[in-house]
Amino acid sequence: MDGQQTFWQAAWIARFALLNGLLATIELSLLSIAIGTIIGSLGGIALQYGAWPLRALLRIYVDTLRGIPVLVLILASYYGLSLAKIQISAFTAGVVALGGFCGAHVSETVRGALGSIPIGQTEAAKAIGLRPFQRLWYVIVPQALRRMVGPWVNTAVEMVKGSSLLAIIGVVELLLATKQVIARTSIVIPFYLVACLAYLLLNFAIAQAGALLERRFSYIKA
Amino acid sequence: MHKRFGRTEVLKGVSLDIPRGEVLGIIGSSGSGKTTFLRCINLLEEYEVGTIELDGQAIGYRMIAGRRKRLRESEISDQRAEIGMVFQSFNLFPHMTVEQNIMLGLTKVRRMPSAAARTLAGAWLDRVGLTDKRDLYPYQLSGGQQQRVAIARAVAMEPKLMLLDEVTSALDPELVGEVLNVIRGLAHSGMTMLVVSHEMHFVRDIATRVVFMEGGRIAEEGPPGEILMRPRSARLVSFLNRFHGTGSQPAG
Repeated sequence: MDGQQTFWQAAWIARFALLNGLLATIELSLLSIAIGTIIGSLGGIALQYGAWPLRALLRIYVDTLRGIPVLVLILASYYGLSLAKIQISAFTAGVVALGGFCGAHVSETVRGALGSIPIGQTEAAKAIGLRPFQRLWYVIVPQALRRMVGPWVNTAVEMVKGSSLLAIIGVVELLLATKQVIARTSIVIPFYLVACLAYLLLNFAIAQAGALLERRFSYIKA
Repeated sequence: MHKRFGRTEVLKGVSLDIPRGEVLGIIGSSGSGKTTFLRCINLLEEYEVGTIELDGQAIGYRMIAGRRKRLRESEISDQRAEIGMVFQSFNLFPHMTVEQNIMLGLTKVRRMPSAAARTLAGAWLDRVGLTDKRDLYPYQLSGGQQQRVAIARAVAMEPKLMLLDEVTSALDPELVGEVLNVIRGLAHSGMTMLVVSHEMHFVRDIATRVVFMEGGRIAEEGPPGEILMRPRSARLVSFLNRFHGTGSQPAG
């Protein structure tokens, strides 16, 4: 048919647009997971061992961000920060929202994992004279890590999926890139399927990495 | 060594002097405060009044201008390194091999080089009869073997004092003997020990002195032969009758 591209022709023409979208999604996900993991590691340790004023502040942060839909966080970050005369790009606003959200979830994961290690472990570590940081580093954290892997992978997968919401504020990640291609070509379902497949592969890779980590820690029993 | 204890809710005034090399058996029913007393000594429990001294040094607290001030965590950690403790529930580190369990305190607290720590760990494993288990993880061992590793982990630090908190209570009866044999060996080597136990035979066998605790106080004390064979108070008589001098009892 004249004037009508086949899907394969259109896909070839759109390959860089789609690839850039995918790269943006990967970049957003990695950044927000990295930021969230850093916030969450420190936050979780502070929630478990910190002085009460610090714990109270973190509790507010964690419960607030976990209780608000990611989309609302994204809009609040994008419009809220610009209202506060903080000039940041949509991409940065997105990373702030996703990173903060991820941090709240990882904080709770870390706190839960640390808290689930039996008190006898801490007591045994105290009894041989280890100092507080040594008790944490050599005894508690290695055991807690294994218990964190599962929930951490879940959060990471949520971040990849959550990054698609940034299309709303105009970040050209995989979903928005796909929609733009669809708008140009009027080929709807096949391009959405391509996007779906890319998300699936990405999350499958993360899940596999998680399973690898869990096997790596599997020598820790009991 | 000098220990004095003041009034807490569970411990209503316990005062003891333990000379070097003594093996003090502590017996008493559940809730008599014997485990709490033991845990106060290395500050796994806080206590409100009283002092515990090890070689003339007060543990955990310092008197400053007449007020009792808690030491810094790092100072308390250093003091705990001088006091070994073995728990009812073993509490081995599950992510470390047997050898690593014993080496951790040696390398991180005593700052020994790895090679020296490994040699020392090996010597203690030999002493508790577990040389062939060196590279296994705790879950691969029986309860009795785990407890022997826990004992090796504690004594390898060469503590001035060992605290043994019902170390055979979580073991199957047929595994109790191997653990008691290791402890008997330590007692004979002159280690100063506080042994909370329900094994009356064992207490009579190794203790140089026995105290019977009741309601947070020391109700009776004396040489094992006297305390266990010729009890004076009615409470101790009824307590001992429940054991008939034999067997293990569930933890308290």
